[in-house]
Formats: sequence, C-alpha cells, structure tokens
Amino acid sequence: MSSKLTRSNRAGWLFALPGFSLLFLFIIVPFFFAFWLSLTNQRLVSPNPTEFIGLKNYRDLLSVSIITLEPERTEAGEVVRDKDGEIEYPRVRTITRSDEFPQYRGMQEWFRWQSGDTAKVVIAADVVFMKALVNTLTFALFIVPIQGGGALLLALLINQKLRGINAYRTIYFMPVVISIVVISLLWRFIYSGNEGLLNNILSALTFGAFTPVDWLGNTETALGSIIAMSAWQAMGFHMVIWLAGLQSISPTLYEAASIEGASKWQTFRYVTWPGLRNTAVLVLIVITMQSFAVFAQVDVMTNGGPLDSTQTLVFQTVERGYGKQDISGGATISVILFLMVLMISAVQAFLTRERK
Amino acid sequence: MATLRLKDVRKSYGNAHVIKGVDLEIDDGEFTVFVGPSGCGKSTLLRMISGLEDITSGTLEIDGQVVNDLPPKERGIAMVFQSYAIFPHMTVRENVAFGLTIAGASKAEKEEKVAEAARILQMEHLLDRRPSQLSGGQRQRVAIGRAIVRKPKVFLFDEPLSNLDAALRMDMRMEIGKLHEQLDATMVYVTHDQVEAMTLADKIVVLKDGLVMQVGSPMELYHAPANLFVAGFLGAPSMNFVTVDVQSRDAAQAQVSNAALEPIAVAHKGRIAGEGKAVLGIRPQHVRAAQPGQGMLHGQVMLTERLGAETVVDLKLKDGSKFIATFAEDRVFEPGESVDLTFDPAQAHLFAPEDTTSAPH
Repeated sequence: MSSKLTRSNRAGWLFALPGFSLLFLFIIVPFFFAFWLSLTNQRLVSPNPTEFIGLKNYRDLLSVSIITLEPERTEAGEVVRDKDGEIEYPRVRTITRSDEFPQYRGMQEWFRWQSGDTAKVVIAADVVFMKALVNTLTFALFIVPIQGGGALLLALLINQKLRGINAYRTIYFMPVVISIVVISLLWRFIYSGNEGLLNNILSALTFGAFTPVDWLGNTETALGSIIAMSAWQAMGFHMVIWLAGLQSISPTLYEAASIEGASKWQTFRYVTWPGLRNTAVLVLIVITMQSFAVFAQVDVMTNGGPLDSTQTLVFQTVERGYGKQDISGGATISVILFLMVLMISAVQAFLTRERK
Repeated sequence: MATLRLKDVRKSYGNAHVIKGVDLEIDDGEFTVFVGPSGCGKSTLLRMISGLEDITSGTLEIDGQVVNDLPPKERGIAMVFQSYAIFPHMTVRENVAFGLTIAGASKAEKEEKVAEAARILQMEHLLDRRPSQLSGGQRQRVAIGRAIVRKPKVFLFDEPLSNLDAALRMDMRMEIGKLHEQLDATMVYVTHDQVEAMTLADKIVVLKDGLVMQVGSPMELYHAPANLFVAGFLGAPSMNFVTVDVQSRDAAQAQVSNAALEPIAVAHKGRIAGEGKAVLGIRPQHVRAAQPGQGMLHGQVMLTERLGAETVVDLKLKDGSKFIATFAEDRVFEPGESVDLTFDPAQAHLFAPEDTTSAPH
C-alpha cells in the first residue's frame, strides 16, 4: 500500500510539496542549523568570517565550579568580622581575575553558602543562563502538576450531563484561543502594583488589611505570578485532551463499578484513572515540553526581570541571538534545551510505560 | 437468595414510554428469562431491577423490601454485562475480587473467595492473566466470577452470551445452567435468543413494546401460547399462521375452515368472538403427510430443504398463503408437487386476527 503510494501517487506528493517545503525550510533546516551554529562563533551580522570553535559555546554556558573562601584573618589569626558580626571574606574577583586560577577566569558568583568559617561559592561562567535554567525548571516543576491536575479537575466537571454544560466548556477553553500576548497584557494589569485587580480584590476580601504587592516587580513574586497565569491560560487545552480520554472509557465499566458499590473516589481510583493512563502520559509530556518553551509571558510581562528573577531559557535564546546578536550563543541554548526536553520526555515515557 | 416482585413498574423518558406497566413475581431460586425482540424493553427492565435506571412509577421489591430508591450496591444484586465490563488494567484475580476490594475485605478473605469462585468456574489457571490475554468466553467467566464472589441475593444477566460465537455460546449456556443449579440462586436473564430462553429458564417472560405478553414455563409458552406474538416468537421455524373463517362457535370449540383447510373444530380458549376471521396457528413440526386426496390441509411444494435428520418443506397453500412443514425424516418432495397434510387439531391454536396490544394486567 505504502509502496504504491510512494511510487505512483505523484499528484499527492505534488500537493504535499508546498507544505512540506515550508516545514523543511523553517523547521528541519533550522533544527540542524542550530547544531552547526552552536559549534561556531557566528554572529547575527558580522564582517568577520565564521570560525569553528568546537564546544567553547557550551563551556561558556555550562561551566560551574565551587571555590572555597577562607575568612579574612588578622595577623594574630583572628577571623575578621564586620560591624554586624558577619565574617568577612575576600572578594570572589580576587580569584576569578587572578592569574593563579586561569580556569576560573571570567566566571561570576552564582550563589554561596557557609560551612564553618569558610564560605563555599558556586561560580558560573554564565550566571544569567544558570538563573534562566533554574527558573525554567522551577516553572516546569510547578506548571506540570498545577496545569495537568487542574485540567483533569475541569475535565471531570464538564464531563457531566448538565444543562448548559457547553457554556462551561467554552468558558474554560476560551483562554486557549486568545493570543498569549493579549492575555499577558491583561494579566499585567491584573498584577499591577498600584490599581491592579488582584490587589484590589485581596484588599476588599481582607477589608483593607492586605498591603498591595507589585506582583511582577518583586523578585519574590514575579516568577510565581507568571506560573499562576500560565497554568490558568493553557488549562483549557489540556482539559479537552483529558475530556477525550474520559469519554473513551466504556460507560459499562462505570455501571459495573456502581453495581459493585464503588464510591465516587473508588470509581475514580479503579476505573477513571487507569482508563486515563495513555492520556496522562500525553498530557504530562506535552505540558513539560510547552513549559520548557515559556517565552511570550516573560517577554511581555517582565522582560526577564526584576533582577533576572524571571529569566527563562527561551527568553535567553531570543535575547542573546537577536538582542545581543550572538546567534551562536542563542543556538547553543536552544540545543541544550532540546537535549533537556528530549531527555525528560524519554524518562517520562519510560517511567509511564505499560508494564506487562 | 431472594424473591423479586414488580408491581405496575413503568419507565418513561419524557413522552417516550419504554416500560408500560409490568407486574411480575419471581420466586426464590428461580431462573427467569426476559425475552423479546430488540427494543421491547427487556434490558431496560433488568437495569431498573439493578438500579442503573430509575423507576418512573410502580414498586420493585427484593425480599419483601421496596428498593425503588436504593442505589445498586444496597440492593444485593450482581450483574453480568453483554460487553463483560471487566476492568482491562486489572488481572483476573483483581477483577474477581473487585467487589470485595471496594468493600474493604481482608486479603485472606479475598484470596479464599476468589479461589472458591475460580474453582466453581474452573478458571484457576487464568487468575494471573490480564483481560487482553483472555478469549471472549473466558472474559465472560471472569465477569460471572466477579458476580458470584459477593454472594448476591439476585443475579442479573444482560445478554451475557451475545458477544460470543455460536459454539462458545452453547458451552457457556450450559455452564450458566449448571451454575444456577450449583448456587441455587435467583437469577434474571435477558436475551433475545429463544433457545437460551427455552433451555435455561424456569420461567420465561415474553416482552413486547414494554408490555408482558406472557409469563410461564418454557413448555407452557411453547404448547399454550396466549397470543399471536408469543406463538410466533417461540419455536423454530416459527409457527404457521393461516387465516381462517369461523363458521360456528360453542363454549369450547370453534369450527373453522378456508380454501385450503377442511372444516375442523379447534379449542378457542375464549380468544375469538363469534363469526368472522380468525388465525389458526400450526407448528411446522405438528403436521404429517397424508395419503393423496385425503388430509386436512392442501398445498403445493415450493422448495425443499433436506437437512438429513429432518426435511423442511416450503409450501404454498391453496388459499395462497405460505406454510412451512418439517418432517422428522429424510424425504424427497419435488417442487410443484401437490401435498396433503394432516394434523391433530388439539395441537393447533386459534387466535384473534390481531393481538390486543394492551397487556393483560
């Protein structure tokens, strides 16, 4: 059958050609191009010829080290403390800029912790990238259960035979069809520190006891705010996938469970959830992949700020590749992202595989 | 073990009346079969007994207790579905033990009861398999296993054999019969297959359009059908109906005849009014070939089907109606041949030309 299609159906291939060439040009070529670019020093616009530089881009992004700082001591060997009683350490740049340690050259402090009198400092070649990496992982870690779980809950709700259930289905699905940019703009107003809707509601609910928060302007709340809004936005999409899964479960299984006396929870536990296995794997992997690609919300709402607290990998890719015209650096991040998502999806697929 | 009593039970979906008033009593340990053509409401009636469908009006009693508003689990019933409804992600053992798991039974109790059910159904070797590794018959066995571990008061079977192929259906039919003897439980069984009904039932309930047409033992229904519908529904090939003229009628018998039928006297059982048309029902098996020129029924052979053990002859009677006769022997009839038949009028049934559709209740 397939051989006949490939041999004799010339018209079919001809019809497929426009679509296929676009996909080829804008998806497949750039995909392989990114791998190549990540091994060069290519800039977006540059008079200099492109050079092959091996894995330098990866080293510049991923190098991480731990250095130990001994406290400053007086000549008598006493630990020097500042006026708050905190131990004083030499500055990290005395090491990263020292000729004694060429391996740490150019690296910056990412974070540190104290062990005894000494301080352990984690230095990274690219601190912003590291922050973006951690933020992206945090984002995914929260989005997957919140969005997946919330979507399942909504799907269970709208899977009932009620009057006007389609209205609810529409309402829950609406955020999915509205452009993420529009939604991000709206939520910027909602999260606004001055007259934002959220602050207004919270202070009304607490009779004015709530102190308004600049949700997006605060390093503590900015990422959380983006997570909450993102989880809400795409929930409707996954709700529809869950719904399809729910409706594929044979009604007689529910009848059998009801005859056997299963409670609502037991019915879910023994009938619904096992019946949703494959759907769950799909939803899990799709949400994971989507959450690793988070960009528009960040771009519209915070631009990665404040203090890089909402940097993400894709945002960094774009900022580097186009903002800083460092296209090879951007390509490197996207390759790293690709490998990460591939790995995580593979692990998820393995962990959720059908056991015989 | 339980008795079951339905009093004027009705079911409507808006203006669509599906069950139009059913009165029925089922004794303890009785095997009752609901039979009827598709759409007659037999499955709906069963589901109303199970609690999966609401009862619009009337009362349903199990063991003397009205259970109209009780959820299925409190009615003490177990049900076996046509599509098996066994859980695909559980092993056979887990499926059979499902009701016990739900009820929070101990592991030891589950083990014991599952083992017992498996022994009764001879499926010990299947316990660790998954449903996808089972044949249709085995799956249905698992579903029956799930029903018997809970020792319900009433077993409900909703066309349990319809998804099986013919050979397997016969085996399972016998097994269900044996199971009933072994458990001595009250069972209600829905089928559209009259063979299942005839072989399994202590009591058959024939339904049509949401009404009970007749209730009785298989042989009562076969030998003394109360109306045209029951007469035509049970028996294969189905009963022949010959439209006849009523010449006279006394308290017990009516004298009937038509162009193909010599005048005979048949018991009318109060089913026909004085003069006019009536329908005479004669089972294909109840006619014999008579000497040429004699006999009571005259026709012409259209087609002969020789099956070895019996011969089925398709006839056209002299009044133009179709008639099927079967002879319990291998016999050759030529198409076009004139045939004269005879039968015992005591085995013929006289009906009014049309069934009164309002049910006897």
